[in-house]
Amino acid sequence: MSGAGDLGGNDPRVERWTPRAALFVAAALAMLGVLAFGPALFSAGVTERLSELFIYVVLAVMWNVLAGYGGLVSVGQQAFFGLGAYVAIRLSAAGVSVYPALALAALVVGGLALPIGEVMLRLAGGEFAIGMWVVAELAHLLVNLDPLVQGETGTSLIALDAFGVAARRADTYWAALAAMTLLLALVFLMLRGRLGTALQAIRDDDVAAASIGVRVLATKRVVFVLAAAGAALAGALWLATAITFQPRAYFSVQWTAYMIFMTLVGGLGTFEGPVIGALLFFAVETAFGASGVWYLVGLGAAALGFALFAPRGVWGAFAARFSPRLLPLGYHVVTPRHGVLGGREDT
Amino acid sequence: MTEAGPLLAAAGLGKRFGALVVLDAVDFTVGAGEAVGIVGPNGAGKTTLLNVLSGRYAPEAGRIAFGGEDVTALDVASRCRRGLARSHQIPRPFGGMTVFENLLVAAEAGAGARARAAERRVLETLALCGMVGLANRRGETLGLLDRKRLELARALATEPALLLLDEIGAGLTDGEARGLVEIIRAIRERGVAIVWIEHIVHVLVQVVGRLVCMDAGRVIADGLPAAVLRDAAVIDAYLGSAAHVPAHG
Repeated sequence: MSGAGDLGGNDPRVERWTPRAALFVAAALAMLGVLAFGPALFSAGVTERLSELFIYVVLAVMWNVLAGYGGLVSVGQQAFFGLGAYVAIRLSAAGVSVYPALALAALVVGGLALPIGEVMLRLAGGEFAIGMWVVAELAHLLVNLDPLVQGETGTSLIALDAFGVAARRADTYWAALAAMTLLLALVFLMLRGRLGTALQAIRDDDVAAASIGVRVLATKRVVFVLAAAGAALAGALWLATAITFQPRAYFSVQWTAYMIFMTLVGGLGTFEGPVIGALLFFAVETAFGASGVWYLVGLGAAALGFALFAPRGVWGAFAARFSPRLLPLGYHVVTPRHGVLGGREDT
Repeated sequence: MTEAGPLLAAAGLGKRFGALVVLDAVDFTVGAGEAVGIVGPNGAGKTTLLNVLSGRYAPEAGRIAFGGEDVTALDVASRCRRGLARSHQIPRPFGGMTVFENLLVAAEAGAGARARAAERRVLETLALCGMVGLANRRGETLGLLDRKRLELARALATEPALLLLDEIGAGLTDGEARGLVEIIRAIRERGVAIVWIEHIVHVLVQVVGRLVCMDAGRVIADGLPAAVLRDAAVIDAYLGSAAHVPAHG
C-alpha cells in the first residue's frame, strides 16, 4: 500500500482550468459585455424584460446558495425581498439618492439578517423552512405599521420620477445587470475557495462535514446573510422596475415559490443550475404568463414533476451524465503517464 | 503511556439515554502513537464512547482531556481541528464531490492546510490509502469497500494525532478487511494513535497493542490483547465460550 505513493516523476497533479472552461468563461464574459450595451441594442420592452430576467437570476442563485449549498431550505425569503424594497424606500425618503439606496438597502437587510439568523439557524429542517415563512409574515406586518407605507395602500419610489422614462429604464437595466454579475462573481469565487468545498460538504452531509473539522454553523451563517442580502437586492431592484410598493405584492410567498421552481428545475446545488432555471422560468413566463391560473398550475406541476422524477434538475442530470466541467470550480486529478483518471464520473 | 502524559485522558465518563445508562463512570486513556482496540457485546457502549470522545454527544459526567487540554465542552469540528478525528461505522461520503474533493475539505478544514499544501496532502493521503485511481470518482458512485477506505482516508487527511475508527471492517470479507489492516498499519507507522472498535477480533489484534473490553457501559478489562482475551469476565460477557477465542494467545 505504501508503495503506491512512489509514483516517481509521474506524480499526479491537480487540474482546475481546462481549455474548455477557459473558453466557456471567456464566452460568458463576452456575453455580459454585449449585454452591457443592452439599452442601446434592444427595444424598450426587451430592455425591461431583461431587467426582470436578471432579477430572476439573482433570486434563483441566492436561494440555491442557501438551500442547495447551505442545506437551508427556506420558504420565507420573501421576507428579505420585501425588506429590501422597503428599506430602499425608507433610504430614498431620507434623502439617499435612489440607485445607491438600492445597494445600500441590500447591505442594511444583510445586517438585519445577522440577528434573525442567530435565532433561525437553531431550527432544523422543516422547522427552519416554516419558521422563515413566519419571519416573512412578521416582517410584512411590521412594515405595514410604518405610516410612510400607509398599510396595504402602499407607496412608491417617488425619487425615480426625477428621471426621464428612458433614462430610468436604462439605469435600472444596468443596475440589475451589475447586481447579477456581481453576485454571480461572488458566488463563483466563494465556491472556488475553501468556503466552497466546505459548503459542498455541508450540502452532502453536515454531520460528516463537522467530523472533519468544518465549522458548520459559522458557514451556514455566512450563507444565510449572503442569501438575505441577495434577495433584498433583488427586491430593491424589482421596486426600481415597478416603482410602486404594495407590501402584499412584495411579501408574497410567490417569490419564494419562483426561487424554488427555478432552482429545482435548473439543478439544486450546482452553480449553473439556477441560472438555467431562471432562463427556463423566464421563457415559460414569456410564453404562458398571460394564461393566468393555468400558468401557475403548470409551474406547480412542473416543479413537482422535477422534484419527483428528476431531482437533480436539468443541469444536475446533464452534469452527472457528461461531466462537462465548463467552470473551474471542481478539482481534477491528472497523472502524466495515464492521462486523466477515470474521466467519466458516472461509472 | 509516555512520560509527557497520555494523548487522550477521559475520566468518569457518564452518558444515559433516558433511563438507560450507556456509559457508567468510564475511564479511558490513550498514549501518543498507541493503538487500542475496543471490543464488547452489542449495546456495551462502545460506539457511544466513541461519540462522546469525538464530541458528537456531550457526556453527563466526566472530563475529556486531549493533548493536555480539556476538550469536554468543544464540539466535533473543534476537536477535529486539534487532531482528534473519527470515521463512521456507516460510511458518510460527500456524494456529490469527487474522492479528491472529499479529502480536500478534510485537509482544509481539519488540518488547516491551504491551496497547494492542501492538494499535496490529499494526493499523499490518497497514495497511502491506494485510492489515487479513484480520485475523480464521485463519492456516491463508490462501493462499500471504497466508501470505507474513503472514510478512513478522509479522516486521515485532517492530520489527526488520534484516529477513532468505528467498525471499519464490518460488512467486509476477510480479504477486504486485510487490505484495510494494511492501510491502518501504515497509518500507525506514521505515529498516529488509533482507537478501533471492531467485532472481528482476529483482525483487530493484528494491529492493536492493547485491548479494552466493555460490557453494559463499563470497562471490564484493559491490557495486552492476549491477556484480555483470556480474562474470565471477557469470555463470559463477550466471547461466550472459549471456542471462539482466536488462537493468538
